Amino acid sequence: MKKIKLNRDYLITYGMVILFYIIMTILKGTGNLTSLFSGLLVPICVYSILAVSLNLTVGILGELSLGHAGFMCVGAFSSAFFSMCMKDVITNSFVRFLIALLISAFVAAFFGIIIGIPVLRLRGDYLAIVTLAFGEIIKNIVNILYVGRDSDGMHISIKDSISLGLKDDGKVIINGAQGITGTPHDSNFTIGIILLLITLFVVLNFMHSRSGRAVMAIRDNRIAAESIGINISKYKLMAFSISAALAGIAGCLYAHNLSTLNALPKNFGYNMSIMILVYVVLGGIGNIRGSIIAATILTVLPELLRGFSDYRMLIYSVVLIALMLFNASPGAIEFKEKYSIKRLLSKKTKTKEVQ
Amino acid sequence: MKKITSMLLAVVLGATLLCGCGGAADTSATGTTDDTATESTAADNSSASTGATFKIGGIGPITGGAAVYGNAVKNGAQIAIDEINAAGGINGAQIEYKFEDDEHDAEKAVNAYNTLKDWNMQLLMGTVTSAPCVAVSEKTKEDNIFQLTPSGTSVPCTQYDNAFRVCFSDPLQGTASAKYIGMNNLSSKLAVIYDSSDVYSSGIYETFAKEAANQPFEIVAAEAFTADNKTDFTTQLQKAKDAGADLVFLPIYYQEATLILSQADTMGYKPTFFGCDGLDGILGVENFDNSLAEGVMLLTPFAADAKDDATVNFVTKYKEQFGGDIPNQFAADAYDAIYIMKAAIEKAGCTPDMDASAICDAVKGAMTQISVDGLTGAGMSWTADGEVNKDPKAVVIKDGVYVAMD
Repeated sequence: MKKIKLNRDYLITYGMVILFYIIMTILKGTGNLTSLFSGLLVPICVYSILAVSLNLTVGILGELSLGHAGFMCVGAFSSAFFSMCMKDVITNSFVRFLIALLISAFVAAFFGIIIGIPVLRLRGDYLAIVTLAFGEIIKNIVNILYVGRDSDGMHISIKDSISLGLKDDGKVIINGAQGITGTPHDSNFTIGIILLLITLFVVLNFMHSRSGRAVMAIRDNRIAAESIGINISKYKLMAFSISAALAGIAGCLYAHNLSTLNALPKNFGYNMSIMILVYVVLGGIGNIRGSIIAATILTVLPELLRGFSDYRMLIYSVVLIALMLFNASPGAIEFKEKYSIKRLLSKKTKTKEVQ
Repeated sequence: MKKITSMLLAVVLGATLLCGCGGAADTSATGTTDDTATESTAADNSSASTGATFKIGGIGPITGGAAVYGNAVKNGAQIAIDEINAAGGINGAQIEYKFEDDEHDAEKAVNAYNTLKDWNMQLLMGTVTSAPCVAVSEKTKEDNIFQLTPSGTSVPCTQYDNAFRVCFSDPLQGTASAKYIGMNNLSSKLAVIYDSSDVYSSGIYETFAKEAANQPFEIVAAEAFTADNKTDFTTQLQKAKDAGADLVFLPIYYQEATLILSQADTMGYKPTFFGCDGLDGILGVENFDNSLAEGVMLLTPFAADAKDDATVNFVTKYKEQFGGDIPNQFAADAYDAIYIMKAAIEKAGCTPDMDASAICDAVKGAMTQISVDGLTGAGMSWTADGEVNKDPKAVVIKDGVYVAMD
């Protein structure tokens, strides 16, 4: 019985994403979708993947991570760098993007493991502190990194692009603060949705696998989990590196949607990490479907508020507070229970029965 | 319970979507009239117009860290549009103008661009900052919409044939500065302080350093700072001082420059300071002792204190409409951008009923044939690769005002 219910819950989540895809494709096909919205489709996928992957760390593993944008940044730059290098060699954009995806996932997971090995052994909120630092460090390193290529091979510098000493045929690929310009536009909505479904598949299956249950046992009671012989560091590291790899994939999708990639505080900094955390918290910690819905709403909302011009950001934050209160405050929960649709419906049937 | 919550959220999402669709029609009205000062003129214009209008969109940061530049562009262009509309419009057609926020973020800039596209924009004046501009130029190329950036300085901003710019590109500014310093023998030993995390600043520095190799002076110190620590410059200044630099080149924005000037003064270090157009606006900073800026030289296409009629007219109008702010170079670039568009449209003989793609094809051809006298240069003309030909003007601050250097 329980198993059937679980499966149904999965199917609703998958179904929601697929339904969204079908509706949007039909709207786009019939020309009813505004260009604003069709431009938002890939970002929606990016932020949904980020929210789902962070939910794995925050909700399932129970650790606070404040550097998720750092993993996204690593994934974005590694994959964009690969695509720039291979632009002329691999002309099939699908194959190139596939390899770029694998690279971004691998590099991000690598960084996740490097950070995870020392930090996940500790108890307490150390992961939050270290990931926060990681996100900032990555952003700053990328900003001073100069990589160029000429007939002699790769040149790397952390000073400026002149010190690369490129020959005349050379080309600067990563140009410090100017980032990477000219990334091929390889991602589209279909790829985004497929990646989101893969992310969901990985996370949902992980949650209900043997390893996932071990991870949740660690979250709920570390001592009890340890006492039954669960290897705490191993499972924590597993969950954290999967989460990082998925964030890297989101970064790859992000990088290939725009032709320019800069590590600004706005898109890869601390604020972005917090924003992803907001998606998770607003959608419900541990609630995967909620993360997707929250990420979608919060990506679309600021664009819909453009009509308010100068007051846009003000209204956005007010709406955010209102949504949080509506979702989580005790008063609101009570109110929702009192006036929930389900209850109202059952009340109606009850009174009918009495009559 | 959770299910109900998520259902409700889904309903909210649906509702916001619908609201958005319904609201889209009104936004054009709010967009043009959100400045109370221009409300009356805008209303007059819409009643006077005969229906067909040119729709010009603008994109730039009007919130966030770079909001100063976005707002300046938005306001500068507004003045030009009000003037043109009052004088009868372009080929008899009025201009409709709508400005969208991009928060200095490439992704948001594309969203803003798509919003304007939904509004049926015909020409794009933007974007204000470089990185978003590159992202948007990719889109305008795809859709074949004419793009004129007032202040996107990095090279790839105009990489496609439908994109032009009003300002100098970074390489031009860097090279021009180095040549100017070398030609006028302003220095023999020179230090540079630049923002390595900023596209504009590092872009100018690089080309400056390249050109410096051909010039009689030597760069004795090149010190960088980043956006994360731009309050204390004593280390950089000390290094410049120890290296014996008699001129400090500041390819940065004026906010940081004010700090550098006051910290250098505290240290008792008195070199000549030389900057690019980013320094324009330095005299308007609150709590900054303007006497510290005495003798600062800058290469800027626009000086708000210039006494020619066009500048005086623009500055007065700007001050009147936007709460006494002195317009900076960004505002002047935007003002010129609108007049350049006007000239190009008139040259190409476009009419408002043409679609954006047809206008683009006609206007981009006309761009290379026109010559425009604007606030930021006389006789500006364009090459097909989008670069402007105009003379860089060097000014020096004397007694609290800009004075042109020979």
